[in-house]
Amino acid sequence: MAALATSSTQELGPITGTSVILDCEELSTREINDALRGLEAGSHVTIVHPSGRHNLAVGLFEHLDIVIDGHAGYFIGGLGAGPDITVNGFVGWSVGENLMSGTVRVRGGASACAGASSHGGTVIVHGSASSRAGISLKGGTVAVGGDVGHMSGFMAQAGTMLIGGDAGNALGDSLYEAVIYVAGEIASLGSDARIEDLTQDDVDTVRRLVELTGFDHISPEDVKRVASAKQLYNFDALKGQEY
Amino acid sequence: MCGIVGLHLKAAGREPDLGSLIAPMIDCMGSRGSDSAGLAIFSSPLPPGRFRYSVRLPEPGVEAQAQAGARRLAEELTAATGQPVECERVRPDGVVLAAGDDVDRVVEELVRARPGAVVMGFGRSLEIVKDTGSPREVCERFGIADRHGFQAVGHTRMATESAVTIDHSHPFAPTQDLAVVHNGSFSNPSTVRRKLEEEGITCITDNDTEVAARLIGRELSRGGDMHAALKEVGNEMDGFYTLLVATDREIAVVRDSFACKPLVVAETDEYVAITSEYIAMTSLPGIESAHVFEPKPEEIHVWQR
Repeated sequence: MAALATSSTQELGPITGTSVILDCEELSTREINDALRGLEAGSHVTIVHPSGRHNLAVGLFEHLDIVIDGHAGYFIGGLGAGPDITVNGFVGWSVGENLMSGTVRVRGGASACAGASSHGGTVIVHGSASSRAGISLKGGTVAVGGDVGHMSGFMAQAGTMLIGGDAGNALGDSLYEAVIYVAGEIASLGSDARIEDLTQDDVDTVRRLVELTGFDHISPEDVKRVASAKQLYNFDALKGQEY
Repeated sequence: MCGIVGLHLKAAGREPDLGSLIAPMIDCMGSRGSDSAGLAIFSSPLPPGRFRYSVRLPEPGVEAQAQAGARRLAEELTAATGQPVECERVRPDGVVLAAGDDVDRVVEELVRARPGAVVMGFGRSLEIVKDTGSPREVCERFGIADRHGFQAVGHTRMATESAVTIDHSHPFAPTQDLAVVHNGSFSNPSTVRRKLEEEGITCITDNDTEVAARLIGRELSRGGDMHAALKEVGNEMDGFYTLLVATDREIAVVRDSFACKPLVVAETDEYVAITSEYIAMTSLPGIESAHVFEPKPEEIHVWQR
């Protein structure tokens, strides 16, 4: 499970649009999210002193470059459709939940349910993620440099998970069409999840994700592909008959 | 949803700060539960043979009247128990008494002297504060920020399984110097409650956490260590739980096998802080350099003094 590691402050990229600093010690979460919503596309924002604050930078639709400079709480960047968010610290539950597009990059670790239900976009966790990472994934990408906890990828319907470390118990339980790539060990597979042969397409997908994430400790040819055996897709009225 | 907080001070010099450190932590967790709040405060132990009793009185009175009432109660109990009984503290809800360690006798005489009085906790170090209302209101009412001690655990309640009363609120402190707070819900408390009743261990409420607290109390009273006691919770009880358990010697946590409920631990040279959410510990000094981690499912962590 997540070792909530601290990371050093990331330097801001070249600033081309509006540049704003929002201070959690002076503003409520609502004020911060309202301010973010009022910014023009292409703006650069640094949110300082987050101190575990929940719900920062949620529900944003413009392309913004947002840096949250410190440890943050639950639901960071959730429901986003556009912004690229970097957290220089660790995050609590459900980072990037229901993400539609854009990126949420966490330099530290993440607690439970990282990237839950995300439809699109990419959630990148440089440290480890806790239980239920990528639960109910609906088309997004969840990439974790370290380990993930138990029941990760549970009922993931579409999209991709990349796990640079080890996976906890019941990985990919009741998977639908999502695919999970694991570089390390798998404690156990969940119901109806199986390891399949790696194709060239898989290797290409993982190589693209390694380039995107910077997780160069992952060798694209050496990951395990976990996908659904599709035995739970249909109710089998003739099977067992004991209920 | 409920919130839990705990603070275990390693450095003796910080004892005067306990209340001012724990009060903002429990206030912050008011976001997870605001119908009741409670704290167990562990401070310098009374001499061997003496227990502190956290007593809720049906008519505590106010100011001078409460002071006089507490003095009278201590005098009456001194006469009734044949041992000195002193009033350590007058509180808005009653008194903290220092009396002998014959708990049955003290409680019997207390209830005889003040029908309706309730002992919420007892032990050489333990004091229990609990009430309905938000954690901020409870902390202000009981002057928590000024309290000294070496360890505290607290709970903010959003009741889902039993009534909102003071008796149903956490911490539960059924045996000497034991306090239990819980985030979650057990699914088989009635079964375990009946088993305990067969052994003569009776719950006073229908709250699920009280059952777990009495189960832990039974194990510790039998001489088991904290690790074994929390293992027994996993063996006997089903459901979702993050449990935070404190005695005068240790503080401990355990999560259910699914880790359904959150828990964050931060450790420095000066303290161990335990909260439902990281945000509740950001008011602590030195938190930036603390070792922060989440206990894994069924992992039992115990920190001893």
